[in-house]
Amino acid sequence: MFDRWSWIMAWRDSRGSRRRLLLFLSSMVLGVAALVAINSFGESLEAAVNEQAKTLLGADLSFESDFPFDDSTEVVIDSLGGLQSRRISFGSMAYFPRTGSTRLASVRANEPGYPYYGAVETNPPEAADTYLQGRNALVDGALMNEFGVVVGDSVQIGSINYRVAGELLKTPRESAAMMLFSPRVYIPLAELDTSLTGFGSRVEYEVYFKFDDNRDVEAMMEVLAPQLRARDVGSDTVGEEQRRWGERVGNLYRFLGLVGFIALLLGGLGVASAVHVYVKQRLETVAVLRCVGATSRRTFWIYLIQSMLMGVTGATIGSMLGMGVQLLLPRVVGDFLPVEVDFAVSWTAVAIGFGVGVGVTLLFSLLPLLSVRRVSPLRAIRSAYEAEQSRDVWRWVLYGALGVALMVFAVFQAPDPTIGIGYMGGVAVVFGMLALVAKGLTVAARRFFPSGWPYVWRQGLANLYRPNNQTLLLMLALGLGTFLIVTLLLVERSLLEQFDVASDGQRPDQIMFDIQPNQVEGVTQILEAQDLPLIDQSPIVTMRIKEIHGQTLAELREDSTYHVNWAHNREYRSSYRSYLTEAETLLDGGFVGTVDPSTEVVPVSIERDLAYNELHVDIGDTLVWDVQGVDMTTVISSIREVDWQRMQTNFFFIFPNGVLEQAPQMHVFMTQTGNDEKMAALQEALVQQFPNVSTVSLSLVLAVFDEIFSRVSFVIRFMALFSILTGLIVLAGAVLVSRFQRIEESVLLKTLGASRKQVLRIMIIEYLFLGVFATITGVVLAYAASWSLAEFVFQTPLVTAPIIFLLALVIVTGLTIIIGLLNSRGIYARPPLEVLRAEV
Amino acid sequence: MPPVYIDMAETNILDVQQLTKTYQSGSRSLTVLDHVTFSISEGETVAIVGPSGSGKTTLLGLCAGLDTPSEGSVRLHGIDLGPLTEDERAVVRNEEVGFVFQTFQLIPTLTALENVMVPAELRGERGVSGRAKALLEQVGLGDRMHHYPKQLSGGEQQRVALARAFINQPRILFADEPTGNLDDETGATIEGLLFDLNRTAGTTLVVVTHDLSLAEKTGRILRLRGGRVVEDRQVEPTLRAVG
Ligand SMILES: Nc1ncnc2c1ncn2[C@@H]1O[C@H](COP(=O)(O)OP(=O)(O)OP(=O)(O)O)[C@@H](O)[C@H]1O
Ligand SMILES: [Mg+2]
Repeated sequence: MFDRWSWIMAWRDSRGSRRRLLLFLSSMVLGVAALVAINSFGESLEAAVNEQAKTLLGADLSFESDFPFDDSTEVVIDSLGGLQSRRISFGSMAYFPRTGSTRLASVRANEPGYPYYGAVETNPPEAADTYLQGRNALVDGALMNEFGVVVGDSVQIGSINYRVAGELLKTPRESAAMMLFSPRVYIPLAELDTSLTGFGSRVEYEVYFKFDDNRDVEAMMEVLAPQLRARDVGSDTVGEEQRRWGERVGNLYRFLGLVGFIALLLGGLGVASAVHVYVKQRLETVAVLRCVGATSRRTFWIYLIQSMLMGVTGATIGSMLGMGVQLLLPRVVGDFLPVEVDFAVSWTAVAIGFGVGVGVTLLFSLLPLLSVRRVSPLRAIRSAYEAEQSRDVWRWVLYGALGVALMVFAVFQAPDPTIGIGYMGGVAVVFGMLALVAKGLTVAARRFFPSGWPYVWRQGLANLYRPNNQTLLLMLALGLGTFLIVTLLLVERSLLEQFDVASDGQRPDQIMFDIQPNQVEGVTQILEAQDLPLIDQSPIVTMRIKEIHGQTLAELREDSTYHVNWAHNREYRSSYRSYLTEAETLLDGGFVGTVDPSTEVVPVSIERDLAYNELHVDIGDTLVWDVQGVDMTTVISSIREVDWQRMQTNFFFIFPNGVLEQAPQMHVFMTQTGNDEKMAALQEALVQQFPNVSTVSLSLVLAVFDEIFSRVSFVIRFMALFSILTGLIVLAGAVLVSRFQRIEESVLLKTLGASRKQVLRIMIIEYLFLGVFATITGVVLAYAASWSLAEFVFQTPLVTAPIIFLLALVIVTGLTIIIGLLNSRGIYARPPLEVLRAEV
Repeated sequence: MPPVYIDMAETNILDVQQLTKTYQSGSRSLTVLDHVTFSISEGETVAIVGPSGSGKTTLLGLCAGLDTPSEGSVRLHGIDLGPLTEDERAVVRNEEVGFVFQTFQLIPTLTALENVMVPAELRGERGVSGRAKALLEQVGLGDRMHHYPKQLSGGEQQRVALARAFINQPRILFADEPTGNLDDETGATIEGLLFDLNRTAGTTLVVVTHDLSLAEKTGRILRLRGGRVVEDRQVEPTLRAVG
């Protein structure tokens, strides 16, 4: 491709600028590295999930129901064949006779077989199998620690005593963190006290399948699932497990995608601004070449070849760096994941990173390179000659290509095409706004020129609009750079906040249950005496549904077309208060905080999933409750979304203040002890004064969350840092190259007798204006963009940190001025002629 | 390739007819060249003189095909430059034309030798370094071939430019104030070299100059004023102070 001469010239012409070219390229190098690392990481994660999704489910297929499977379902189960293993799960008190302690536990009664994939890990290891032979139990490690239970002790579930055969460490489907809230106890299904699963308890019946015939379970379930659903039987497949897992780390994926997009944009920006200036310096050379007979195409090729080589070099170094990072990542994130991730270098990711790197470098450098084609040879004999700017269709073609390429890339990196188009649109708007501000700045500086100001101010300001000014270029580079960096920082902070389940310092680590109304005062006093905060206090009133959809439950049970499920049958633990907590978001209707005690129909708030998926009720529907023997008519006035992951007591139903105060109730308190001694002191005080109050320590749960959080946040911070570094290099690079615009002039001023101080001041003033305007524009736009990202992509509240605004303003402007000054230091150290000669 | 049409009967290497150049600046139009007509035959040496702003550089640019006229035509070695595109004119320049500029215009990233080779390499020629070296020897820079322009003095740079101008053995050489940026002594050296090389190669020479003594060394003087040729005279051979 191209002719020999262009290649030779490309090589020769790059002499003396190669190091500089590589420096400019470093933004692209980092951009590609980030992209490769991110995509590799994502791919490894996905591969691991796919590979080990079977372990996540522990089987090929599972059915679950809140009732024993009915006959027709049993027929289906039978007909499916394969290996089958059943399990019944329910909540029950676990009583440890030796220590006399009791705790609500999630009991799982298992049959041999399950899990078919992966393993139940226990201590001692053999207990995972042996407990199934006889009246043995496996007890959650955390629970054993808490109560000082050891292997060999007994635990009573219902009326049966089991020997604790081992400590439960790890089980399929349940990450440690998830299940610490209610500790698990595994017992053999054959040894279950069946009275525990009677009417009214929340019981889950499951059957797990393993097929050896490679059948397409997903396809099979597409047919079966609706039938099963009609009988209130849920099903789960490996594929669904994969999807669910993907959703769980979805924001991490989304963030990584966004960072990849931003990193590459920054890289492109760095290349574009560097090439822009590079080309400007080459115009003279191009004119001479044209004079001695080079066609415009061949001169263009010289620079095209150079940027191609630049792109290939940058992308190669970037890909290698990305692979390096990729090899480091597993050490960091390896074990927070519920699956074993085999981190391999993803060659697809490397190829994509390489291709995108070369492509973006080429596209971004083509834009400034196009002007090479238009250089008139006349420039060689008349240096000030400015070619009349005729319209260049290729420029528009290139804009189009650039737009399309970035759009494709954005869509590729975004969670879905609409958001990708959003990313792209956002960048376009920011670009436009910055250009507008740049235009405004030049016009304003000229229009409102302060002719009365001192010379250096006038000169500095005039630099903003005089011919050959760098206002637009620096505005775009500094502004877009700042915009991308700040956006990244804000989104990062918001995400970290979201992952940090209880970051407000007031993280409850002790929950106190069963506090009677007349004990509230006493418990509060204990907390006060021990200087512990009362973080959350909720009254709990138990109640059952009596009438729904205008019919009593008894009537509904008779009705064969109506499905009565656990949500109808359960005993509800509702609370009353006049406000929504941070974990709650109002979705529909109006939340009523307080009503008059004589209110006939009480407005209540319901949790969304329960309303839509279980009870099938909506705003305005009436529910009649049996509140411990007293009927209470309520109307659904609002629907809430509840973030169940918040460490807070959450409820399906919230009543207003005013109607439940006199009902039999108990209270739940939450406090933060912070350390083991305080925790022990609190528990002792409670046991002595209020033996009926049980406390549950959350510190273990919190420790696990902290661990997960710190690892996830590390990945997020690391990736963000990587891109921010890219951004800073772009900013520095933009200022660095801008000096070539001003150097001749500075030398001239110096020759004309300007003092060093004057020349520097002129420069500072110019950079100050550019820096301040670019940063303010960039930051303001970044706030808008982060808000949209938080709202539409990450669905998390935006953490607005005014400090970032100030920091960005000071750092970017400061950096601009400092680099500008450092840059011009050389101008003063040497005689003018030498400087002019040296600036090739 | 340009439609190369060479009129064999033609002995004029340069034929300028009614050449007019007008610049439009805002609503005002500025006529820089006003119906200029002249021709130069092969082997002639011509000086274009005139006051500053009289349109010398503009004329030179048009003759060499660097710019397009508003009116009139330029035929270079029988080729009408008018209908050619910029790229086609570039090829003609490469084949027929050599340049020497007031500001030397060497390519800063190339060594002296490489600068000299550019026009020949552009044609796809290989092994031109021998010829380039010989030319550099001729201009007295045999020992500076691998230096970059910024390592050379102005006079040395102009000598490199001279060598570059002759590498393709052009039929016509355009020089715009080749000594304008040099002191008298260096200027004289360059002049000497210019005429020497010119004589050996048999090139037609068109030189724009303010330097009357340089002009007198040519065979013919064209004087421009206000965009018109106001004088076109042969220099008497006796006056030509050759040597
Ligand atoms: N691009 C342009 N736009 C408008 N006017 C121009 C342009 N280029 C040249 N001129 C004008 O054309 C006139 C002739 O310029 P030219 O450079 O040919 O003069 P010159 O004879 O070479 O002068 P000098 O001896 O100073 O080099 C000048 O008045 C100049 O201002
Ligand atoms: Mg001139």
